[in-house]
Amino acid sequence: MIAVADNRTGGLVIIWVTIVAGMVLAVVPLPQFVPVELGFLRPDWVAMVLVYWIIALPHRVGIPTAWLAGIAVDVLLGSLIGQHALSYVLIAYVAASLYQRLRMFSVWQQATILFALLGLNQLTGFWVESVAGHTDWSLWYLLPAVSGAFLWPWVFLMLRSIRRWIGVT
Amino acid sequence: MLGLGVLSLVLMFVDHATSWLDGSRSALTAALTPVFVTADLPNRSARGIQDMFSSREDLRGRITDLESELIFLRVRTEKMAALTAENNRLRGLLGSAAKLQDNVLVAELIGVNPDPEEQEVLIDKGSRDSVFVGQPVLDSRGLVGQVVEVSPFNSRVLLISDERHSVPVQVLRSNLRLIARGTGIGQQLELLHVNSTADIKVGDQLLSSGLGNRFPVGYPVGVVDSVVYRPGKPFAEVLAKPSAQLGRSRHVLLVFTESRVAEDANVTSGKGDDRGG
Repeated sequence: MIAVADNRTGGLVIIWVTIVAGMVLAVVPLPQFVPVELGFLRPDWVAMVLVYWIIALPHRVGIPTAWLAGIAVDVLLGSLIGQHALSYVLIAYVAASLYQRLRMFSVWQQATILFALLGLNQLTGFWVESVAGHTDWSLWYLLPAVSGAFLWPWVFLMLRSIRRWIGVT
Repeated sequence: MLGLGVLSLVLMFVDHATSWLDGSRSALTAALTPVFVTADLPNRSARGIQDMFSSREDLRGRITDLESELIFLRVRTEKMAALTAENNRLRGLLGSAAKLQDNVLVAELIGVNPDPEEQEVLIDKGSRDSVFVGQPVLDSRGLVGQVVEVSPFNSRVLLISDERHSVPVQVLRSNLRLIARGTGIGQQLELLHVNSTADIKVGDQLLSSGLGNRFPVGYPVGVVDSVVYRPGKPFAEVLAKPSAQLGRSRHVLLVFTESRVAEDANVTSGKGDDRGG
């Protein structure tokens, strides 16, 4: 672990491992006994992980990383290639320009900003789907943003402890 | 930021309008297969643990049950073979083409689309096993859906209950031909344009009609669940429950209908004719 500390590629591996973990959570099937409707509450884990790394290490994780992760998520979810890439690029841009302020915030204040970011994420996704000829807008589309904002403190604390434990800089 | 944003927009447009990106998508899906496998691990290990703790007596009981079921099904298959031969002989006499024998390939479910609005599942067979886009998918009880995306090791199946999916059906009792469209989350089928005078009632069995040349003829699709006539509306509202255990059955069957088989069947029915004459 100490050997990893001053190794740039080692840090990159950890960052991508957490992003891929977010992808696994994004596609993990719900167990049989859980009602299907609960699926609407599934937050966008990859977006949350990306926002964390952009706030923590803006010199290492930025818009290109977000774009690559977005393409991978598009392939995983079978959406149009570029849909998640576009929304992740947008939220990465906002997060990268706000990172100094976000670092000063308490974790719950961050959560409210996260709600706005994840809401933007959902909105972009919906916008693309409506252009491609899909459904009508309803407030249900914002549910993942709400659940994401509530889960943010735990995601934040966990990723921070991983970062400090392994010493990614 | 602008560059990647515009690139995403262009990619989306290309993906939506053309099929140029299908190759790269299938290659990327193959590369990302470990993600699906990892996501399926909890499910898989839960079943593994269940198997570990089931007792000897339970397993023995299950084997006995399965064996008796096997004998029962074997008898029925033998009867079926005789009936198929007879049917084809009669069809030969009528001068119509013989019914095809469908080949199937068993595939295992490895993932479900996390978006509840989209009724899609992922299976562990792909272009390596000559799965193709548009291929019909069944389970032991009925029609499940069709393949919409293929990559080397797995493929995506659109379920018949998805809002974007329709299947041509036929009522077994009255031979009424209809279109069954998915309703999304409710996992039900909605029958379109049913005349208020049409001969359809609760409990009617719906089979695939084979019109449209996408699905094979005569596989169970669903059972009519409710028929509501609304005065002032031109059509009756008819809902059906899918026969297949959509998204719940662990194993599905991919159907291969070969045109070569059709010719062979024609030849055999011709022989039958000769013998008959």
